[in-house]
Amino acid sequence: MSVSSVSGLLTDATPVGQAVSTLLGVVFVVAGFVAILGVVFLVAGRVTGRLQKPVAVVICLGPALFLLLLGLIIPAIVTFNNSLKNQQFLGQLVTKYVGLKNYAFAFTDPYTLGSIFRTLLWLIIVPTLTVAVGLSAALLLNRMKHTAVPKTLIFLPTAISFVGASVIWGYVYSYVTPSLPQTGLLSAVVMKLGWSNPPNWLITSPINTFLLMVIMIWIQAGFAMVVLGAALKSIPDEIIESARLEGADGWRLFRSIEIPMIRNTVVVVLTTVMITTLKVFDIVYTVTNGNYDTDVLARQMYADMFTTSQVSRGSALAVIIFIVVLPLMFYNIRQLRRERSER
Amino acid sequence: MTSVIPPVPDTVPSDGKLRGREATSAVRRAFSSPIASAVIIVISVLWTIPTLGLFINSFRSKEDAATTGWWEFFVHPSFSLSGYEQVLTGSGGLALPLVNSLAITIPATIIPIFIASMAAYSLAWLRFRGSDAIFFLIFALQIIPLQMALVPLQQYYVRGLQIGGVTVLPSPGVNGTLAQIWLTHTMFSLPLAIFLLHNFIAQIPVSLIEAARVDGANALRIFRSIVLPLSMPAIASFGIFQFLWVWNDLLVAKTFGSTDPAQQPVTARMQSLTGSYGAHLELLAPAGFITIVVPLIVFLALQRYFASGLLAGSVKG
Repeated sequence: MSVSSVSGLLTDATPVGQAVSTLLGVVFVVAGFVAILGVVFLVAGRVTGRLQKPVAVVICLGPALFLLLLGLIIPAIVTFNNSLKNQQFLGQLVTKYVGLKNYAFAFTDPYTLGSIFRTLLWLIIVPTLTVAVGLSAALLLNRMKHTAVPKTLIFLPTAISFVGASVIWGYVYSYVTPSLPQTGLLSAVVMKLGWSNPPNWLITSPINTFLLMVIMIWIQAGFAMVVLGAALKSIPDEIIESARLEGADGWRLFRSIEIPMIRNTVVVVLTTVMITTLKVFDIVYTVTNGNYDTDVLARQMYADMFTTSQVSRGSALAVIIFIVVLPLMFYNIRQLRRERSER
Repeated sequence: MTSVIPPVPDTVPSDGKLRGREATSAVRRAFSSPIASAVIIVISVLWTIPTLGLFINSFRSKEDAATTGWWEFFVHPSFSLSGYEQVLTGSGGLALPLVNSLAITIPATIIPIFIASMAAYSLAWLRFRGSDAIFFLIFALQIIPLQMALVPLQQYYVRGLQIGGVTVLPSPGVNGTLAQIWLTHTMFSLPLAIFLLHNFIAQIPVSLIEAARVDGANALRIFRSIVLPLSMPAIASFGIFQFLWVWNDLLVAKTFGSTDPAQQPVTARMQSLTGSYGAHLELLAPAGFITIVVPLIVFLALQRYFASGLLAGSVKG
């Protein structure tokens, strides 16, 4: 299973040797995995009669359920348990239960309250603006010809990592003393517009938080556009036509036909972006590392767990995030059940 | 859906209203207004400029990139590849991290595809009491934030799963290897993967499955010879989705990956470089572009499948 045993045979001090052995290890592992699956299928395929279906279910569903149990369900329970203790560093052996103290701390500590407040701001602003941009683009593109280029351009940032995006936007937000030639696009533009002394964007609160949100919206809008665009396409032409014959056009067509017909999709996109926004820590971590009043729960949680040795406090933040999203998930599941029963 | 075109009357009816295709194209015309085009152009340009800035800065000369904005390139063009050379060949640069990213991403894409498609198939076609409940449970697991699993998973990798001091499940012995990252990505990808693939696999016509059953194919054979080949479009789109996701991941790489620069993937390496290149700001642009270039190529080549993968999950057909 492990690459180290494979690469150990081939270890070479040169970078080229290291690269080759790493990639050989990968090929070996993937081939091994597929081969094991093949053998299991071959053996289990010989089972016949009443046992056939149960065996197939165990083989097909077993690995997934095992991994989900091990990787998500048990860890979530352990994290909840940790959040009730006073554990500070990883691997600490002697810990005791302190009840809801970590939660009480989270809701009284001014720094954490700041993170909670900013997380809520992210949760409200980012999904709303992402859907607004994505929906506008989708509505306009839906009735246009030659949409390939603009679609690709707007969709492109979806493929860029949050780290890459942070570097990209670093060049937009970078600050140089106003008397010198500017290297940051934002400063250059506002100075052209007459603001002679723009602030150092990323260290000026509260504007820095909004500038970080822009990065997130920039990444996610293409996703919203594509999903909403497809939903618009799936509205039968006949419906659009008859609405048109009734005299609906332009704005009224959007508002009274198209928007209601894709409302479910809009909600799904909103909740999906919300969940992504809540879990994201890369942008804040890479750009400001939570300094200058930009911290959010996801980053503070990571720091608590792995940097500042506050495992239990970090776990409490994880549980808080979990609770915030729970109602969204209930809504999504109900939506899905309804769709299933309609089929 | 859209292929159903209503019959087009030979002549425009006397009431003067448009029907059929003509009505559709009239609608199309009405919305292809210059304002709509202008808005789209503005959004497209706004969405492109930041990346363009990074790209241009990445091959400007050191002095120019450090002292003037990238847009000066159009007035005073300068061209130099020394940044790229330094980033790729210098020790602690991005050459090995590129290889590591591949080594992480390929297995972390292929393994979940198999495990998830098998699970999706059994939930869609091998129904049993409780299979619906399991499906909704898996769907609901998407909600568990990754961060919630980090500390317990890391402890599991180091010393196995213990309940009350008793080891229930030994550590898999992958601590410190790439296998730990594959395993983690596989676990975290399953809820979404199973959900997306289930939506597709459940739509395979019953008649195909029944015909195979009548021919005597057992459940596993049906999966291998009918479900898997027919699901290729969904698998391809999930595969691209997962490839981009893993390639772009920072959190898992940071938590479970090595701190040795020669063993980190590009995102983790780049993240450290944003700090340590403080004195070499000119290297940040080429390094940043190298970080994003592989996902961009994958995306541009395969964006159609990528889009349909997103759709399979969230759009009602």
